[in-house]
Amino acid sequence: MSIDKDKIKHISKLARISIDSKKSNSLAKDLTSIFKFIEQLNELNTDKVEPLSSILNTPLRSREDQINDGKIRNKILENSPKKNEEFFVVPKVIE
Amino acid sequence: MSKDKFDYFIKGEKNNYEVIIGLEVHAQVSSNSKLFSGSATKFGAEPNSQVSLIDSAFPGMLPVINKECINQAIRTGLGLNAKINNNSVFDRKNYFYADLPQGYQISQYKNPIVGEGKVLLDMPYGSKEIGIERLHLEQDAGKSIHDMDPSNTYVDLNRSGIALMEIVSKPDLRSPEEVNAYIKKLRTIMRYLGTCDGNMQEGSLRADVNVSVRQVGDKNFGTRCEIKNVNSIKFMQMAIEYEANRQVELLDEGKKIEQETRLFDTKKNETRSMRSKEDAHDYRYFPDPDLLPLKIEQKLIDDLKKTLPELPDNKKERFMKDYGLNSYEANVLVSEKEISNYYEEVAKLSDKKLAATWMMGDLFAMLNDKGLNISKSPITAKNFAELVQSIKSGEISGRIAKEVFELMVESGDNAKKIIESKGMKQQSDPKELEKIINEILTKNKDKVDQYKSGKEKLFGFFVGQVMKQSGGKANPQLTNDILKKLLKG
Amino acid sequence: MSEIVKKNLSEIIDLIKKKEIKSEELANLYIDKVNKSKKLNSYITTCFEHTIQKSKEFDKKPNLNTLLPGVPLAVKDLFCTNGFKTTAGSKMLENFIPQYESTVTENLWKEGAILLGKLNCDEYAMGSSNETSYFGNVINPIAKDTVPGGSSGGSASALAADLTPATIGTDTGGSIRQPASFTGTVGLKPTYGLCSRWGIVAFASSLDQAGPMTKSVKDCSIMLEAMAGFDKKDSTSIEKKKENYSKNLKTDIKGLKIGIPKEYRVENMPKEIDELWNKGKSILKDLGADIIDISLPHTKYALPTYYIVAPAEASSNLARYDGVKYGYRSSKGNDLIEMYENTRSEGFGDEVKRRILIGTYVLSSGYYDAYYLKAQKVRQLIKKDFDENFGKVDAILTPSTPSSAFKIGEKTNDPISMYLNDIFTVPVNLAGLPAISVPAGLDKKGYPLGLQLIGKTLDEQNILNVAYAFEKNCNFKNEIKNWWL
Repeated sequence: MSIDKDKIKHISKLARISIDSKKSNSLAKDLTSIFKFIEQLNELNTDKVEPLSSILNTPLRSREDQINDGKIRNKILENSPKKNEEFFVVPKVIE
Repeated sequence: MSKDKFDYFIKGEKNNYEVIIGLEVHAQVSSNSKLFSGSATKFGAEPNSQVSLIDSAFPGMLPVINKECINQAIRTGLGLNAKINNNSVFDRKNYFYADLPQGYQISQYKNPIVGEGKVLLDMPYGSKEIGIERLHLEQDAGKSIHDMDPSNTYVDLNRSGIALMEIVSKPDLRSPEEVNAYIKKLRTIMRYLGTCDGNMQEGSLRADVNVSVRQVGDKNFGTRCEIKNVNSIKFMQMAIEYEANRQVELLDEGKKIEQETRLFDTKKNETRSMRSKEDAHDYRYFPDPDLLPLKIEQKLIDDLKKTLPELPDNKKERFMKDYGLNSYEANVLVSEKEISNYYEEVAKLSDKKLAATWMMGDLFAMLNDKGLNISKSPITAKNFAELVQSIKSGEISGRIAKEVFELMVESGDNAKKIIESKGMKQQSDPKELEKIINEILTKNKDKVDQYKSGKEKLFGFFVGQVMKQSGGKANPQLTNDILKKLLKG
Repeated sequence: MSEIVKKNLSEIIDLIKKKEIKSEELANLYIDKVNKSKKLNSYITTCFEHTIQKSKEFDKKPNLNTLLPGVPLAVKDLFCTNGFKTTAGSKMLENFIPQYESTVTENLWKEGAILLGKLNCDEYAMGSSNETSYFGNVINPIAKDTVPGGSSGGSASALAADLTPATIGTDTGGSIRQPASFTGTVGLKPTYGLCSRWGIVAFASSLDQAGPMTKSVKDCSIMLEAMAGFDKKDSTSIEKKKENYSKNLKTDIKGLKIGIPKEYRVENMPKEIDELWNKGKSILKDLGADIIDISLPHTKYALPTYYIVAPAEASSNLARYDGVKYGYRSSKGNDLIEMYENTRSEGFGDEVKRRILIGTYVLSSGYYDAYYLKAQKVRQLIKKDFDENFGKVDAILTPSTPSSAFKIGEKTNDPISMYLNDIFTVPVNLAGLPAISVPAGLDKKGYPLGLQLIGKTLDEQNILNVAYAFEKNCNFKNEIKNWWL
């Protein structure tokens, strides 16, 4: 798989990372070589192999339905780069 | 509602179209705490007060699943006659949005907790089965508030992480009426089960509506559009109506329908394309590595099954069989668990059929008028049964019963007390009645003559006079009989 | 410079227990050396006031019935520490002060340890040389132009330079074991699920494990005992009783079967490493272990698998850094989407961006099956390789790294050659197994090299024992000359 600038543009958009076009070139080069490396896996026939779903064999543990968290608004908002007394504040969303 | 044949088609200029609708209902799971954290789920709390470090996705925070949410999903699945999957998986659905703090929603993609099921609708043109494709558990997002500040959006994460059940129907719905019936039926089932309060005003029940159209007779589906996040049945119906007509117009003009996500604008009463969602379709689902596969033992399913309440379909059947109700009456009386409980209490103590008639008439009208739920009814089931019995036994007439009913609502007193204290008992003593009637006939000799010479309409006049004289208490049947007898003589 | 800071953790604990040194004195000794060792750049944050205050409190009422009584410890800056900056080596979290404590560090404080500071690491633990940190690269005290390895490079450097008596790191593909090998120290990656991940800045959730980094195997057993344990807040935490690794440590390994996987003899591996491996085999053999040749046929596919799975998980784990709740936010951009794109572009470094993009790609529509699903299948095969062999052997011996510490800047322009550093360590993470790197010798430049012992699931005690026996008979001596003072 060769990764070109268009693909970089597409995935950087999905990942919400702006990439300038200078960076885009070197990234395309790096990613192409990394994908070449990764694609060694294609040597293996895995048609009959179940994908690993979890490294642990134990079932999912669950908790009781109890309210024991929340009511910590100050703690939650403390680190926010932009907030007011009640809310996180972000630039307008354009629908 | 009296149409007995399905007739929802859209006439285009050239062709007649059928509308195909599928619903993805998002039902908030009734639980104390959130799906993966211990914060509360109560509606209407102070902004960001029901938010934990997990719900706001702080670094290093991890999800631990709420047992009750799993049980609620299983109960709902059983209520939808669906297959419960012993193995299911939680996946991450990745996308960016201000009210999605993790940058992904934990949901279930390839392996949902509940598989195929079905829901029965009672339509005027007969009963109709709607297939359920699947039900899965997922996290709700927070809330973005766009109208508090001209240049900023405010984010409240109280809802973030609350458990939702997404119930996906098959594309089996064909009209806004069916959508109405389907949503109501789902809501009834979930309320019976106690798995979702179904409160649409509070957002506990919302739906994405998939709409497509095809020429009548066509076997293939057309291209569908998804109308996102509609939060009332009325809006769903309006959105479908608008969207179906829009698609028909496009097809008539020979244009193609583009598969897209649309938004229903409740002010303009139209759907429009959500361009901002365009590049967000690649959700990059993958199994959430913070969670292990969910295994559900058959024993848990069996245990939950044993504790399920009687569901509306079964109850309806029983009401028809045990109480001699017709399908319509039974439907109405099982539509809410509280109503059916009230009815059964009344029916135990009084005439079953008459109880149904009076509940669906005067009681419902009064509750509706006062905006009350039946559980808040000013007349208890016991008192209501007493009233019904008084009618049945002939102690009071239907007309007087209406008055007694009003007084019961006002005072909260029981029927007996009101009837006695106001002397409202029906006059059923033939001798007493004969006395009254004779007086009236004597006083109105001219009218008696006219009646006898053929003006039979005057019979009503005499009845009216008897009622007036008796203060409305005269037994109507007896009055009729005696009047007829005496007028003949 | 005091000789006390050179001591092993267990020796220091003895001094405290015998009341030969006070916690505050000890803290001051480390503080003094940390202050004089800024050249190494191994600390991102120090919190000496807190350290002194806590050590005074300890001295006033010393509780000696703990594993780490009054011991000052610095930890990798990936562990959230309540009230102290936690950066994950990233500009994104430059000013982030958590209001909560990671379970693992909480466990250490409960055992009497005191926070000394936060140690440098590769950004979000993505790197094998500590050169991706926003706070600058870390220097290996072995030689001033060498890297300490990564991602727990600050931890390894601080430990080897006696700037903390022991430390903890995290290991996603070798991030504890490789820097331990590069600095002549001991590093253990526990079984996946033995140490809670709660409160650790996540890189790749199915691979991340916290573990101890120490100067001796005994120290390692003490630290592991202190930090490990079931945590109901982590759904992948294993429910089991706490073990007394330090008390049960023994040197008798007679009759143990040690597997030697032929696939770990890779092309272009320096002869010295092969020799060291042979030395390891013969030491264990002399101690009565059976050396058995085994095959782990899918070893060569571990690294490609890792570079699908880890970036995929990372791309999702790092989506939360969007400038809304905490961390860096770009001032550029007119709407929400532009704010996201600028924040993440400016807040993340190149390697992190590279991995997020790889991860985004392998999960994206049309590529999921070819990459992500394929990788999970191969991961299954890799795990099976181990499962099958652990029927035959009790532990597996391999080199820890394919080379000794390399020069700063040597591999920064060639991601693949950097990734190849983890070739021996990555399979262990993919299979969720425990493994320890113990120093085994020096190469001709005088740089240390480690050997890795891989154990069965939850068989930490066993690999600690083998490592302990090996250490006692290997006579490794680190040659660090305090050149930076």
